[in-house]
Amino acid sequence: MTPFENILFYFSFPFVRYALIVGVFISLCTALLGVPLVLKRFSFIGDGLSHVAFCAMAISAVMDIYSDMIVIVPVTVISAVVLLRAGQNARIRGDAAIAMLSVSAMAIGYLLMNIFTVSGNVSGDVCSTLFGSVAILTLSKSDVWICIAMSVIVIGIYIFFYNKLFAVTFDESFAEATGVRTGFYNTLVAVVTAVIIVLAMKLVGTLLISALVIFPALSAMRLFKSFKSVIVFAAILSVLCSCVGIVASILISTPVGSTIVVADLLAFGLCFVIGKASGRSA
Amino acid sequence: MALIECKNLSLGYENGAIISRMNFRVNAGEYLCIEGENGAGKSTLIKAILGLKRPLEGEIIMDGVLQSELGYLPQQTHVQRDFPASVYEVVISGFAGGLGGRCFYSKAEHAMAKRAIERLEMTEYTKRCYRELSGGQQQRVLLARAICGAKKILVLDEPVAGLDPVATKNMYDIINELNRKEGLTIIMVSHDVEVATGYATQVLKMTFDGYSIFRPRQTKQQKAERRGE
Repeated sequence: MTPFENILFYFSFPFVRYALIVGVFISLCTALLGVPLVLKRFSFIGDGLSHVAFCAMAISAVMDIYSDMIVIVPVTVISAVVLLRAGQNARIRGDAAIAMLSVSAMAIGYLLMNIFTVSGNVSGDVCSTLFGSVAILTLSKSDVWICIAMSVIVIGIYIFFYNKLFAVTFDESFAEATGVRTGFYNTLVAVVTAVIIVLAMKLVGTLLISALVIFPALSAMRLFKSFKSVIVFAAILSVLCSCVGIVASILISTPVGSTIVVADLLAFGLCFVIGKASGRSA
Repeated sequence: MALIECKNLSLGYENGAIISRMNFRVNAGEYLCIEGENGAGKSTLIKAILGLKRPLEGEIIMDGVLQSELGYLPQQTHVQRDFPASVYEVVISGFAGGLGGRCFYSKAEHAMAKRAIERLEMTEYTKRCYRELSGGQQQRVLLARAICGAKKILVLDEPVAGLDPVATKNMYDIINELNRKEGLTIIMVSHDVEVATGYATQVLKMTFDGYSIFRPRQTKQQKAERRGE
């Protein structure tokens, strides 16, 4: 079989198609959110929140709650709001708060899973949650629809509030002084980020989510200099990398999550070199 | 009719007031200059007028001015060094507060943003990246943004800090013109005594012990107008 036939063969399986659809939508959303998060110096929020989500997942597994989303989504959303708020009033600096929350959540999550063992293969369970190695290929049709619906909502919010988001990201005190409800938009970004991160856990796993949030934004910032062009390019690049990563992982049978991240990393390298070569990056 | 009225205003932090029991009023079309030593509370007062800081005591009454009708030029804008934003994007964000429930800027707002850029002689830089401009150019862009938002009041916190003499004069001329021709009420923090006595109709002098407010006997433009007659 030629590689092309090989790809076609794999695409005859619905789970491969589902994985690709989910990959496209998730990476689009993470790229959109990534730009303001990176610019507000919240690059690590993805990482922190995904650890919290991991902890929540462990708790719901221990408590034997079947539909674990009921626990994971609210817990992650609340943590996101607390984190972004904490970054504002600077009692504990934003980065320290995220680091603190993220490691504690991780430790508690792993501890719980170990003490109250539900399945026989704890390390296997933990590993797949961390690296998302199998989850993406076990998506059901309803997972795909939830994912599409959430993504459409995120994109809608983004377009609707685009101008205010720019104002708040660029200069928060000016925005507030001229009547933009900055608190509302910060909270909105936090909530949406949390939801997307919970969804993205299925794609790349807990440990690699940050990559989906920060790489497209950073790559686009090497090459483009207006907010709009950075966002558009980041979205396109992110979708492209996820598709390449998913297809490559199927062809050479590597773990999906890490293959996508490597694709993003290579794209960043490429953008960095092009940016330097054309003298466009600052 | 006073546009802004400070009644018995006390401002400060949890452990003590910086400003206590301040009273003053600013009428529509006036030019208020706030001067004083570092740490006397000038920026704190500005923040209170902008609604960014709650008074410990007393109140600031704004008569018929919505928050979105204020324009603001901050003392320093901590824009990240690598922030991708074109001059146009920065300027038009001055309208963000007035968007309300709309998601996009109107044609009129786009036209006004272009006019603000033109007025500050930045037209050729419209598509340039904000972070690549010089300090003086950045300041002009931020003033253009402030003009966009300013329907009634323009608040400026040391607008000429870090500018060379020529840029400083330009800046003052533009602000003066906005005050005289467009009838914008100006509230400006400045260390510059020249401005205080030259352009302003009211000067608020702040010290560590208190404050004094006075009207310069003659503004520069009144002198000029008299000469012209």
